[in-house]
Amino acid sequence: MKISFRNDVLKEAQRIISLYPRKESSLLPLLHIAQREFGYISDEVEAYIAELLQIPPIHVREVVSFYTMFRKRPLGKYHIQVCRNISCSLLGSDGLIDYLKKQLGIDEGETTSDGLFTLSTVECLGSCGTAPVIQINDVYYENMSREKLERLLEELRRGG
Amino acid sequence: MELLLTKRFSIPDAFRIEVYRETGGYRSLQKALQMRPEEVIEEVKKANLRGRGGAGFPAGVKWSFLPKEKKMPVYLCVNADEGEPGTFKDRYIMLKDPHLLIEGIVISSYAIGASKAFIYVRGEFLDCIDTLERAVKEAHREGIIGEKVMGSSFSLDIAIHRGAGAYICGEETALIESLEGKKGRPRLKPPFPAQKGLYQCPTIVNNVETIACVPYIVERGGEWFANLGTEKNGGTKLYAVSGHVKRPGVYELPMGTALREIIYEHAGGIIDDLRLKAVIPGGSSSPVLTPDEIDVKMDFDSLARIGSMLGSGAVIVISEKACMVKTLYVLARFYAHESCGQCTPCRNGTSWMEKIIKRVEDGKGRKEDIDLLLDICDNIKGKTVCPLGDAAVMPVESFIKKFREEFEAHIAFKGCTVSYEREGVLNV
Repeated sequence: MKISFRNDVLKEAQRIISLYPRKESSLLPLLHIAQREFGYISDEVEAYIAELLQIPPIHVREVVSFYTMFRKRPLGKYHIQVCRNISCSLLGSDGLIDYLKKQLGIDEGETTSDGLFTLSTVECLGSCGTAPVIQINDVYYENMSREKLERLLEELRRGG
Repeated sequence: MELLLTKRFSIPDAFRIEVYRETGGYRSLQKALQMRPEEVIEEVKKANLRGRGGAGFPAGVKWSFLPKEKKMPVYLCVNADEGEPGTFKDRYIMLKDPHLLIEGIVISSYAIGASKAFIYVRGEFLDCIDTLERAVKEAHREGIIGEKVMGSSFSLDIAIHRGAGAYICGEETALIESLEGKKGRPRLKPPFPAQKGLYQCPTIVNNVETIACVPYIVERGGEWFANLGTEKNGGTKLYAVSGHVKRPGVYELPMGTALREIIYEHAGGIIDDLRLKAVIPGGSSSPVLTPDEIDVKMDFDSLARIGSMLGSGAVIVISEKACMVKTLYVLARFYAHESCGQCTPCRNGTSWMEKIIKRVEDGKGRKEDIDLLLDICDNIKGKTVCPLGDAAVMPVESFIKKFREEFEAHIAFKGCTVSYEREGVLNV
Protein backbone atom coordinates (compact mmCIF):
# COMPACT_ATOMS: atom_id res chain seq x y z
CA MET A 1 0.00 0.00 0.00
CA LYS A 2 1.37 3.41 -0.95
CA ILE A 3 1.30 5.89 1.89
CA SER A 4 0.96 9.65 1.80
CA PHE A 5 0.25 12.64 4.09
CA ARG A 6 -3.32 13.77 4.68
CA ASN A 7 -4.14 17.04 2.94
CA ASP A 8 -3.68 19.24 6.02
CA VAL A 9 -0.35 17.58 6.82
CA LEU A 10 0.77 18.00 3.24
CA LYS A 11 0.02 21.70 3.56
CA GLU A 12 2.09 21.88 6.74
CA ALA A 13 4.93 20.08 4.91
CA GLN A 14 4.76 22.50 2.00
CA ARG A 15 4.90 25.48 4.34
CA ILE A 16 8.05 24.04 5.92
CA ILE A 17 9.65 23.36 2.54
CA SER A 18 9.03 27.00 1.60
CA LEU A 19 11.10 28.20 4.59
CA TYR A 20 14.31 27.00 2.99
CA PRO A 21 16.18 28.30 -0.06
CA ARG A 22 16.63 24.66 -1.11
CA LYS A 23 14.01 21.96 -0.78
CA GLU A 24 16.29 19.22 0.54
CA SER A 25 17.05 21.32 3.63
CA SER A 26 13.60 20.42 4.91
CA LEU A 27 14.42 16.71 5.10
CA LEU A 28 14.88 16.57 8.89
CA PRO A 29 11.73 18.56 9.71
CA LEU A 30 9.72 16.49 7.23
CA LEU A 31 10.96 13.24 8.73
CA HIS A 32 9.86 14.53 12.15
CA ILE A 33 6.38 15.14 10.74
CA ALA A 34 6.33 11.73 9.08
CA GLN A 35 7.32 10.07 12.33
CA ARG A 36 4.59 11.95 14.18
CA GLU A 37 2.02 10.87 11.58
CA PHE A 38 3.08 7.27 10.92
CA GLY A 39 4.77 6.37 14.23
CA TYR A 40 8.07 5.40 12.65
CA ILE A 41 10.01 5.72 9.41
CA SER A 42 9.24 2.59 7.39
CA ASP A 43 10.78 1.89 3.97
CA GLU A 44 7.54 3.19 2.43
CA VAL A 45 7.80 6.44 4.37
CA GLU A 46 11.40 6.87 3.22
CA ALA A 47 10.32 6.41 -0.39
CA TYR A 48 7.45 8.85 0.02
CA ILE A 49 9.63 11.59 1.53
CA ALA A 50 12.25 11.03 -1.18
CA GLU A 51 9.57 11.50 -3.82
CA LEU A 52 8.22 14.61 -2.10
CA LEU A 53 11.65 16.26 -2.07
CA GLN A 54 12.82 14.75 -5.34
CA ILE A 55 15.92 13.25 -3.82
CA PRO A 56 17.24 9.66 -4.06
CA PRO A 57 15.70 7.25 -1.51
CA ILE A 58 19.21 6.22 -0.41
CA HIS A 59 19.82 9.79 0.72
CA VAL A 60 16.79 9.57 2.99
CA ARG A 61 17.93 6.18 4.31
CA GLU A 62 21.37 7.61 5.13
CA VAL A 63 19.85 10.45 7.10
CA VAL A 64 17.31 8.29 8.93
CA SER A 65 20.03 5.90 10.07
CA PHE A 66 22.41 8.70 11.10
CA TYR A 67 20.14 10.56 13.54
CA THR A 68 19.12 8.76 16.71
CA MET A 69 15.68 10.35 16.95
CA PHE A 70 14.42 8.65 13.78
CA ARG A 71 13.13 5.14 14.29
CA LYS A 72 12.88 2.29 11.84
CA ARG A 73 10.36 0.30 13.87
CA PRO A 74 7.24 0.97 15.95
CA LEU A 75 7.56 1.73 19.65
CA GLY A 76 5.32 1.27 22.67
CA LYS A 77 2.71 3.88 23.57
CA TYR A 78 5.13 5.40 26.06
CA HIS A 79 8.76 5.67 25.04
CA ILE A 80 10.81 5.99 28.21
CA GLN A 81 14.29 7.38 27.56
CA VAL A 82 16.68 7.55 30.49
CA CYS A 83 19.68 9.86 30.23
CA ARG A 84 22.84 7.95 31.16
CA ASN A 85 25.42 10.66 30.62
CA ILE A 86 27.73 12.15 33.23
CA SER A 87 25.57 14.42 35.42
CA CYS A 88 22.66 11.98 35.44
CA SER A 89 25.01 9.06 36.04
CA LEU A 90 26.63 10.85 39.00
CA LEU A 91 23.17 11.29 40.50
CA GLY A 92 21.92 7.76 40.06
CA SER A 93 20.59 7.12 36.55
CA ASP A 94 21.97 3.56 36.65
CA GLY A 95 19.68 2.83 39.56
CA LEU A 96 16.70 4.19 37.62
CA ILE A 97 17.55 2.06 34.60
CA ASP A 98 17.83 -1.09 36.73
CA TYR A 99 14.54 -0.26 38.44
CA LEU A 100 12.74 0.23 35.11
CA LYS A 101 14.15 -3.00 33.67
CA LYS A 102 12.88 -4.91 36.68
CA GLN A 103 9.49 -3.19 36.82
CA LEU A 104 8.81 -3.52 33.12
CA GLY A 105 10.47 -6.90 32.69
CA ILE A 106 12.32 -5.76 29.57
CA ASP A 107 15.83 -4.82 28.58
CA GLU A 108 17.03 -1.61 26.93
CA GLY A 109 15.63 -1.27 23.43
CA GLU A 110 12.69 -3.61 24.11
CA THR A 111 8.94 -3.07 24.29
CA THR A 112 6.58 -4.64 26.83
CA SER A 113 4.32 -7.36 25.42
CA ASP A 114 1.21 -5.20 25.99
CA GLY A 115 2.77 -2.53 23.75
CA LEU A 116 2.63 0.07 26.49
CA PHE A 117 6.30 0.81 27.23
CA THR A 118 9.55 0.93 25.30
CA LEU A 119 12.72 1.45 27.33
CA SER A 120 15.79 3.21 25.94
CA THR A 121 18.89 4.85 27.33
CA VAL A 122 20.04 8.07 25.72
CA GLU A 123 23.02 10.38 25.83
CA CYS A 124 22.89 13.84 27.40
CA LEU A 125 19.43 15.48 27.16
CA GLY A 126 20.83 18.93 27.98
CA SER A 127 19.09 19.36 31.31
CA CYS A 128 21.96 18.46 33.63
CA GLY A 129 20.96 20.93 36.36
CA THR A 130 17.87 18.86 37.06
CA ALA A 131 19.52 15.45 36.85
CA PRO A 132 18.60 12.67 36.76
CA VAL A 133 16.35 13.33 33.77
CA ILE A 134 14.14 11.00 31.80
CA GLN A 135 12.09 11.75 28.72
CA ILE A 136 8.74 10.09 28.08
CA ASN A 137 7.58 10.67 24.51
CA ASP A 138 8.18 14.44 24.08
CA VAL A 139 8.18 15.47 27.74
CA TYR A 140 11.11 15.80 30.17
CA TYR A 141 10.73 14.57 33.76
CA GLU A 142 13.39 16.18 35.91
CA ASN A 143 15.00 15.58 39.32
CA MET A 144 13.82 11.99 39.10
CA SER A 145 13.88 9.57 41.98
CA ARG A 146 12.71 6.00 42.35
CA GLU A 147 9.58 7.15 44.20
CA LYS A 148 8.69 9.66 41.49
CA LEU A 149 9.25 7.04 38.83
CA GLU A 150 7.05 4.58 40.66
CA ARG A 151 4.18 7.08 40.77
CA LEU A 152 4.70 8.02 37.14
CA LEU A 153 4.56 4.41 35.94
CA GLU A 154 1.42 3.91 37.97
CA GLU A 155 -0.23 6.93 36.31
CA LEU A 156 0.79 5.87 32.82
CA ARG A 157 -0.50 2.35 33.39
CA ARG A 158 -3.84 3.80 34.45
CA GLY A 159 -3.85 5.56 31.11
CA GLY A 160 -2.78 8.97 32.43
CA MET B 1 26.56 42.41 39.79
CA GLU B 2 24.05 43.54 37.21
CA LEU B 3 22.48 40.60 35.41
CA LEU B 4 22.24 40.79 31.63
CA LEU B 5 21.45 37.48 29.97
CA THR B 6 19.46 36.26 32.95
CA LYS B 7 17.87 39.54 34.03
CA ARG B 8 14.44 38.54 32.74
CA PHE B 9 14.58 34.97 34.07
CA SER B 10 12.67 36.01 37.19
CA ILE B 11 10.11 38.18 35.36
CA PRO B 12 6.91 36.27 34.69
CA ASP B 13 5.89 36.12 31.02
CA ALA B 14 9.16 37.70 29.85
CA PHE B 15 8.86 35.47 26.79
CA ARG B 16 6.03 37.71 25.55
CA ILE B 17 7.01 40.60 23.30
CA GLU B 18 5.08 43.20 25.33
CA VAL B 19 6.95 42.29 28.51
CA TYR B 20 10.23 42.21 26.61
CA ARG B 21 9.63 45.71 25.28
CA GLU B 22 8.48 47.06 28.63
CA THR B 23 11.80 45.92 30.09
CA GLY B 24 13.94 47.69 27.49
CA GLY B 25 13.77 45.17 24.69
CA TYR B 26 14.33 46.04 21.01
CA ARG B 27 15.86 49.42 21.83
CA SER B 28 19.31 48.15 20.91
CA LEU B 29 17.98 47.08 17.52
CA GLN B 30 16.65 50.55 16.93
CA LYS B 31 20.06 51.95 17.83
CA ALA B 32 21.92 49.42 15.65
CA LEU B 33 19.81 50.32 12.61
CA GLN B 34 21.07 53.92 12.97
CA MET B 35 24.67 52.66 12.85
CA ARG B 36 26.56 51.38 9.83
CA PRO B 37 27.02 47.56 9.83
CA GLU B 38 30.83 47.97 10.12
CA GLU B 39 30.33 50.07 13.23
CA VAL B 40 28.33 47.26 14.85
CA ILE B 41 31.07 44.76 13.99
CA GLU B 42 33.66 47.16 15.43
CA GLU B 43 31.79 47.34 18.77
CA VAL B 44 31.54 43.52 18.92
CA LYS B 45 35.30 43.33 18.29
CA LYS B 46 36.00 45.86 21.03
CA ALA B 47 33.77 43.86 23.38
CA ASN B 48 36.11 40.83 23.34
CA LEU B 49 33.04 38.67 22.92
CA ARG B 50 34.36 35.14 22.54
CA GLY B 51 32.32 32.23 21.22
CA ARG B 52 30.26 30.74 24.04
CA GLY B 53 29.74 27.39 22.33
CA GLY B 54 33.14 26.19 23.44
CA ALA B 55 35.84 27.27 21.02
CA GLY B 56 36.12 30.82 22.40
CA PHE B 57 36.90 32.41 19.06
CA PRO B 58 36.27 36.19 19.04
CA ALA B 59 32.88 36.74 17.40
CA GLY B 60 33.72 40.11 15.84
CA VAL B 61 36.84 38.67 14.21
CA LYS B 62 34.81 35.74 12.86
CA TRP B 63 32.33 38.19 11.33
CA SER B 64 35.09 40.17 9.65
CA PHE B 65 36.25 37.04 7.77
CA LEU B 66 33.24 37.37 5.47
CA PRO B 67 34.16 38.33 1.91
CA LYS B 68 34.05 42.10 1.43
CA GLU B 69 32.35 41.80 -1.93
CA LYS B 70 28.81 40.47 -1.60
CA LYS B 71 28.32 38.22 -4.62
CA MET B 72 26.28 35.59 -2.83
CA PRO B 73 23.71 35.60 -0.04
CA VAL B 74 25.13 35.56 3.51
CA TYR B 75 23.55 33.32 6.15
CA LEU B 76 23.52 33.43 9.92
CA CYS B 77 23.13 30.09 11.69
CA VAL B 78 22.49 30.17 15.40
CA ASN B 79 23.80 27.08 17.10
CA ALA B 80 21.18 25.93 19.60
CA ASP B 81 22.17 22.28 19.35
CA GLU B 82 23.23 22.35 23.00
CA GLY B 83 24.62 18.86 23.42
CA GLU B 84 27.94 19.00 25.27
CA PRO B 85 27.28 16.90 28.38
CA GLY B 86 26.93 19.19 31.39
CA THR B 87 25.67 22.14 29.33
CA PHE B 88 22.15 23.48 29.83
CA LYS B 89 22.39 27.27 29.55
CA ASP B 90 21.08 28.02 26.03
CA ARG B 91 17.93 26.11 26.88
CA TYR B 92 17.08 28.70 29.53
CA ILE B 93 17.75 31.69 27.26
CA MET B 94 15.41 30.23 24.65
CA LEU B 95 12.70 29.37 27.17
CA LYS B 96 12.81 32.47 29.36
CA ASP B 97 14.02 35.28 27.11
CA PRO B 98 13.50 34.25 23.47
CA HIS B 99 13.20 37.84 22.28
CA LEU B 100 16.69 38.64 23.57
CA LEU B 101 17.95 35.95 21.21
CA ILE B 102 15.81 37.27 18.37
CA GLU B 103 17.01 40.83 18.94
CA GLY B 104 20.59 39.54 18.91
CA ILE B 105 19.90 37.68 15.68
CA VAL B 106 18.42 40.71 13.93
CA ILE B 107 21.31 42.97 14.97
CA SER B 108 23.94 40.38 14.05
CA SER B 109 22.29 39.70 10.68
CA TYR B 110 22.23 43.42 9.98
CA ALA B 111 25.93 43.64 10.86
CA ILE B 112 27.00 40.77 8.61
CA GLY B 113 24.52 41.50 5.82
CA ALA B 114 22.41 38.35 6.15
CA SER B 115 18.77 38.38 5.11
CA LYS B 116 18.09 34.85 6.27
CA ALA B 117 18.90 33.37 9.67
CA PHE B 118 18.41 29.84 10.95
CA ILE B 119 18.17 28.70 14.55
CA TYR B 120 19.31 25.09 14.71
CA VAL B 121 17.69 23.69 17.87
CA ARG B 122 18.42 20.20 19.17
CA GLY B 123 15.52 17.88 18.41
CA GLU B 124 14.61 17.08 22.01
CA PHE B 125 14.06 20.74 22.96
CA LEU B 126 10.44 20.90 21.80
CA ASP B 127 9.54 23.40 24.52
CA CYS B 128 12.27 25.76 23.25
CA ILE B 129 11.07 25.32 19.66
CA ASP B 130 7.48 26.17 20.64
CA THR B 131 8.60 29.24 22.59
CA LEU B 132 10.84 30.46 19.76
CA GLU B 133 8.15 29.92 17.12
CA ARG B 134 5.71 31.95 19.13
CA ALA B 135 8.31 34.70 19.61
CA VAL B 136 9.20 34.76 15.90
CA LYS B 137 5.50 35.18 15.07
CA GLU B 138 5.19 38.06 17.53
CA ALA B 139 8.30 39.71 16.11
CA HIS B 140 6.87 39.36 12.58
CA ARG B 141 3.61 40.92 13.65
CA GLU B 142 5.41 43.94 15.10
CA GLY B 143 7.72 44.48 12.15
CA ILE B 144 10.86 43.40 14.00
CA ILE B 145 11.53 40.77 11.35
CA GLY B 146 10.28 40.38 7.81
CA GLU B 147 10.32 43.09 5.16
CA LYS B 148 11.75 46.46 6.25
CA VAL B 149 12.80 45.79 9.82
CA MET B 150 11.47 48.63 12.02
CA GLY B 151 10.88 50.73 8.94
CA SER B 152 14.48 50.52 7.73
CA SER B 153 15.63 49.19 4.36
CA PHE B 154 16.91 46.00 6.02
CA SER B 155 14.88 42.76 5.71
CA LEU B 156 15.31 39.49 7.55
CA ASP B 157 13.61 36.11 7.85
CA ILE B 158 14.22 33.69 10.68
CA ALA B 159 13.55 29.96 10.39
CA ILE B 160 13.67 27.51 13.26
CA HIS B 161 15.21 24.19 12.34
CA ARG B 162 14.76 21.10 14.47
CA GLY B 163 17.71 18.71 14.75
CA ALA B 164 17.28 14.99 15.29
CA GLY B 165 19.70 13.76 17.92
CA ALA B 166 23.34 13.97 16.90
CA TYR B 167 25.95 15.59 19.18
CA ILE B 168 28.23 16.14 16.21
CA CYS B 169 25.80 18.66 14.69
CA GLY B 170 26.98 21.14 17.31
CA GLU B 171 30.22 21.35 15.29
CA GLU B 172 29.67 24.24 12.90
CA THR B 173 30.35 22.51 9.59
CA ALA B 174 28.34 19.43 10.65
CA LEU B 175 25.51 21.79 11.58
CA ILE B 176 25.66 23.26 8.09
CA GLU B 177 25.63 19.81 6.47
CA SER B 178 22.65 18.88 8.63
CA LEU B 179 20.86 22.09 7.66
CA GLU B 180 21.38 21.09 4.03
CA GLY B 181 19.42 17.91 4.79
CA LYS B 182 22.38 15.57 5.05
CA LYS B 183 24.12 13.40 7.62
CA GLY B 184 25.97 15.61 10.09
CA ARG B 185 29.49 14.90 8.93
CA PRO B 186 31.97 17.74 9.52
CA ARG B 187 33.76 19.32 6.60
CA LEU B 188 37.47 19.85 6.29
CA LYS B 189 38.50 23.44 7.09
CA PRO B 190 39.58 25.58 5.25
CA PRO B 191 37.49 26.77 3.56
CA PHE B 192 35.89 28.17 6.69
CA PRO B 193 32.12 28.74 6.74
CA ALA B 194 32.66 32.52 6.47
CA GLN B 195 33.96 31.79 2.95
CA LYS B 196 31.98 28.69 2.00
CA GLY B 197 29.24 27.61 4.36
CA LEU B 198 25.57 26.87 3.84
CA TYR B 199 24.93 26.09 0.13
CA GLN B 200 28.58 27.12 -0.41
CA CYS B 201 27.62 30.70 0.53
CA PRO B 202 29.35 32.84 3.20
CA THR B 203 27.94 31.75 6.57
CA ILE B 204 28.43 32.70 10.19
CA VAL B 205 27.67 30.15 12.89
CA ASN B 206 27.36 31.53 16.44
CA ASN B 207 26.15 30.02 19.70
CA VAL B 208 22.89 31.19 21.36
CA GLU B 209 24.65 32.79 24.34
CA THR B 210 27.08 34.62 22.05
CA ILE B 211 24.25 36.14 20.02
CA ALA B 212 22.30 37.02 23.18
CA CYS B 213 25.20 39.26 24.29
CA VAL B 214 25.01 41.40 21.15
CA PRO B 215 22.05 43.66 22.14
CA TYR B 216 23.89 44.66 25.35
CA ILE B 217 27.08 45.41 23.43
CA VAL B 218 25.18 47.68 21.06
CA GLU B 219 23.29 49.34 23.90
CA ARG B 220 26.28 50.21 26.08
CA GLY B 221 29.30 49.83 23.85
CA GLY B 222 32.00 47.24 23.31
CA GLU B 223 34.37 48.78 25.81
CA TRP B 224 31.85 48.58 28.62
CA PHE B 225 31.21 44.91 27.83
CA ALA B 226 34.93 44.10 27.66
CA ASN B 227 35.46 45.65 31.09
CA LEU B 228 32.92 43.30 32.70
CA GLY B 229 35.32 40.38 32.31
CA THR B 230 39.06 39.77 32.31
CA GLU B 231 41.70 40.63 29.72
CA LYS B 232 40.61 39.46 26.25
CA ASN B 233 37.55 37.78 27.82
CA GLY B 234 34.69 40.24 27.78
CA GLY B 235 31.30 40.13 29.39
CA THR B 236 29.45 37.91 31.77
CA LYS B 237 29.26 34.16 31.38
CA LEU B 238 26.54 31.64 32.05
CA TYR B 239 28.09 28.90 34.16
CA ALA B 240 25.94 25.77 34.19
CA VAL B 241 26.75 23.78 37.32
CA SER B 242 25.70 20.15 37.73
CA GLY B 243 26.74 16.96 39.51
CA HIS B 244 27.39 16.67 43.24
CA VAL B 245 26.48 20.22 44.32
CA LYS B 246 23.74 21.42 46.64
CA ARG B 247 22.30 23.99 44.23
CA PRO B 248 22.82 22.96 40.61
CA GLY B 249 21.77 25.55 38.05
CA VAL B 250 22.79 28.32 35.67
CA TYR B 251 24.72 31.21 37.26
CA GLU B 252 25.48 34.41 35.40
CA LEU B 253 28.75 35.83 36.70
CA PRO B 254 31.57 37.99 35.36
CA MET B 255 33.83 36.16 32.96
CA GLY B 256 36.82 35.03 35.00
CA THR B 257 35.01 34.28 38.28
CA ALA B 258 37.01 31.78 40.34
CA LEU B 259 35.89 28.17 40.04
CA ARG B 260 35.98 27.82 43.83
CA GLU B 261 33.50 30.70 44.21
CA ILE B 262 31.17 29.14 41.62
CA ILE B 263 31.14 25.77 43.35
CA TYR B 264 31.11 26.80 47.02
CA GLU B 265 29.28 30.13 47.04
CA HIS B 266 26.86 30.04 44.15
CA ALA B 267 26.18 26.31 43.84
CA GLY B 268 26.22 25.90 47.63
CA GLY B 269 29.12 23.45 47.95
CA ILE B 270 29.18 19.66 47.76
CA ILE B 271 26.10 17.61 48.67
CA ASP B 272 26.15 16.08 52.15
CA ASP B 273 29.32 18.13 52.69
CA LEU B 274 31.33 15.41 51.03
CA ARG B 275 34.89 16.06 49.94
CA LEU B 276 35.49 17.35 46.44
CA LYS B 277 37.37 14.91 44.25
CA ALA B 278 37.40 16.40 40.77
CA VAL B 279 35.82 19.08 38.58
CA ILE B 280 35.28 19.10 34.85
CA PRO B 281 35.28 22.86 34.24
CA GLY B 282 33.90 23.35 30.74
CA GLY B 283 31.73 20.50 29.53
CA SER B 284 32.59 16.83 29.13
CA SER B 285 35.44 17.42 26.68
CA SER B 286 37.49 19.69 28.92
CA PRO B 287 40.37 18.11 30.87
CA VAL B 288 39.48 17.33 34.49
CA LEU B 289 40.83 19.40 37.40
CA THR B 290 41.78 18.32 40.93
CA PRO B 291 40.68 20.18 44.11
CA ASP B 292 44.01 22.03 44.35
CA GLU B 293 43.35 23.63 40.96
CA ILE B 294 39.97 25.26 41.65
CA ASP B 295 41.28 28.73 42.37
CA VAL B 296 41.58 29.14 38.61
CA LYS B 297 39.70 32.00 36.98
CA MET B 298 36.97 30.72 34.73
CA ASP B 299 37.93 32.36 31.44
CA PHE B 300 39.33 30.97 28.21
CA ASP B 301 42.96 31.96 28.76
CA SER B 302 43.28 31.17 32.48
CA LEU B 303 41.96 27.63 31.98
CA ALA B 304 44.16 27.10 28.92
CA ARG B 305 47.18 28.07 31.05
CA ILE B 306 46.54 25.16 33.43
CA GLY B 307 45.93 22.74 30.57
CA SER B 308 42.15 22.71 30.52
CA MET B 309 39.38 24.61 28.71
CA LEU B 310 36.50 26.94 29.50
CA GLY B 311 34.55 25.24 26.71
CA SER B 312 30.85 25.91 27.19
CA GLY B 313 31.32 26.88 30.85
CA ALA B 314 29.58 23.74 32.06
CA VAL B 315 30.97 22.85 35.48
CA ILE B 316 30.54 19.18 36.43
CA VAL B 317 31.33 18.58 40.09
CA ILE B 318 32.48 15.15 41.24
CA SER B 319 32.65 14.18 44.93
CA GLU B 320 34.72 11.56 46.72
CA LYS B 321 31.90 9.04 46.37
CA ALA B 322 32.28 8.76 42.61
CA CYS B 323 34.54 6.29 40.89
CA MET B 324 36.74 8.00 38.31
CA VAL B 325 36.98 4.87 36.16
CA LYS B 326 33.20 4.55 36.01
CA THR B 327 32.87 8.28 35.30
CA LEU B 328 35.38 8.09 32.47
CA TYR B 329 33.61 5.03 31.09
CA VAL B 330 30.37 7.05 30.87
CA LEU B 331 32.19 9.72 28.86
CA ALA B 332 34.06 7.24 26.64
CA ARG B 333 30.79 5.47 25.84
CA PHE B 334 29.28 8.81 24.87
CA TYR B 335 32.07 9.74 22.43
CA ALA B 336 32.03 6.26 20.88
CA HIS B 337 28.28 6.63 20.38
CA GLU B 338 28.56 10.12 18.88
CA SER B 339 31.53 9.66 16.55
CA CYS B 340 30.12 10.29 13.08
CA GLY B 341 32.26 7.53 11.60
CA GLN B 342 33.96 9.63 8.98
CA CYS B 343 37.57 9.39 10.23
CA THR B 344 39.06 6.00 11.10
CA PRO B 345 41.10 7.12 14.14
CA CYS B 346 37.98 8.52 15.82
CA ARG B 347 35.49 5.90 14.65
CA ASN B 348 37.61 2.94 15.77
CA GLY B 349 39.61 4.63 18.51
CA THR B 350 36.62 5.86 20.51
CA SER B 351 35.06 2.37 20.48
CA TRP B 352 38.33 0.75 21.55
CA MET B 353 38.70 3.21 24.41
CA GLU B 354 35.15 2.51 25.55
CA LYS B 355 35.78 -1.24 25.50
CA ILE B 356 39.07 -1.03 27.39
CA ILE B 357 37.79 1.33 30.08
CA LYS B 358 34.74 -0.92 30.53
CA ARG B 359 36.89 -3.94 31.18
CA VAL B 360 39.02 -2.01 33.68
CA GLU B 361 35.82 -0.89 35.44
CA ASP B 362 34.51 -4.48 35.44
CA GLY B 363 37.68 -5.78 37.08
CA LYS B 364 38.95 -7.49 33.95
CA GLY B 365 41.59 -4.92 33.10
CA ARG B 366 45.11 -5.87 32.12
CA LYS B 367 48.27 -4.27 33.38
CA GLU B 368 49.11 -2.85 29.96
CA ASP B 369 45.63 -1.29 29.46
CA ILE B 370 46.53 2.13 30.82
CA ASP B 371 49.41 2.57 28.41
CA LEU B 372 47.31 1.10 25.63
CA LEU B 373 44.67 3.79 26.26
CA LEU B 374 47.28 6.53 26.10
CA ASP B 375 48.66 5.04 22.89
CA ILE B 376 45.18 5.12 21.30
CA CYS B 377 44.85 8.75 22.43
CA ASP B 378 48.08 9.58 20.57
CA ASN B 379 46.69 7.99 17.46
CA ILE B 380 43.46 9.98 17.51
CA LYS B 381 44.70 13.41 18.60
CA GLY B 382 45.10 15.85 15.74
CA LYS B 383 44.37 13.17 13.16
CA THR B 384 40.69 13.82 12.50
CA VAL B 385 38.64 16.25 10.41
CA CYS B 386 36.84 17.78 13.38
CA PRO B 387 37.51 18.31 17.11
CA LEU B 388 35.39 15.34 18.28
CA GLY B 389 38.47 13.12 18.20
CA ASP B 390 40.39 15.52 20.44
CA ALA B 391 37.31 15.95 22.64
CA ALA B 392 37.19 12.19 23.22
CA VAL B 393 40.90 12.06 24.05
CA MET B 394 41.08 14.93 26.55
CA PRO B 395 39.04 13.28 29.32
CA VAL B 396 40.91 9.98 28.91
CA GLU B 397 44.36 11.56 29.09
CA SER B 398 43.51 13.87 31.97
CA PHE B 399 41.68 11.25 34.07
CA ILE B 400 44.63 8.88 33.72
CA LYS B 401 47.18 11.59 34.41
CA LYS B 402 45.45 12.86 37.53
CA PHE B 403 43.78 9.72 38.88
CA ARG B 404 46.10 6.99 37.61
CA GLU B 405 46.15 5.22 40.96
CA GLU B 406 42.41 4.53 40.71
CA PHE B 407 42.88 2.88 37.35
CA GLU B 408 45.83 0.85 38.68
CA ALA B 409 43.81 -0.19 41.73
CA HIS B 410 40.94 -1.39 39.54
CA ILE B 411 43.37 -3.57 37.63
CA ALA B 412 45.31 -4.82 40.65
CA PHE B 413 42.26 -5.59 42.82
CA LYS B 414 40.04 -6.66 39.92
CA GLY B 415 37.30 -4.14 40.42
CA CYS B 416 36.19 -0.94 42.04
CA THR B 417 37.69 -0.01 45.39
CA VAL B 418 35.88 3.29 45.74
CA SER B 419 32.83 3.31 47.94
CA TYR B 420 30.75 3.92 44.88
CA GLU B 421 27.22 2.69 45.13
CA ARG B 422 25.47 1.52 42.05
CA GLU B 423 22.65 3.93 42.83
CA GLY B 424 25.01 6.88 42.95
CA VAL B 425 25.53 9.28 45.78
CA LEU B 426 21.94 10.31 46.20
CA ASN B 427 19.73 7.53 47.37
CA VAL B 428 17.29 7.63 44.48
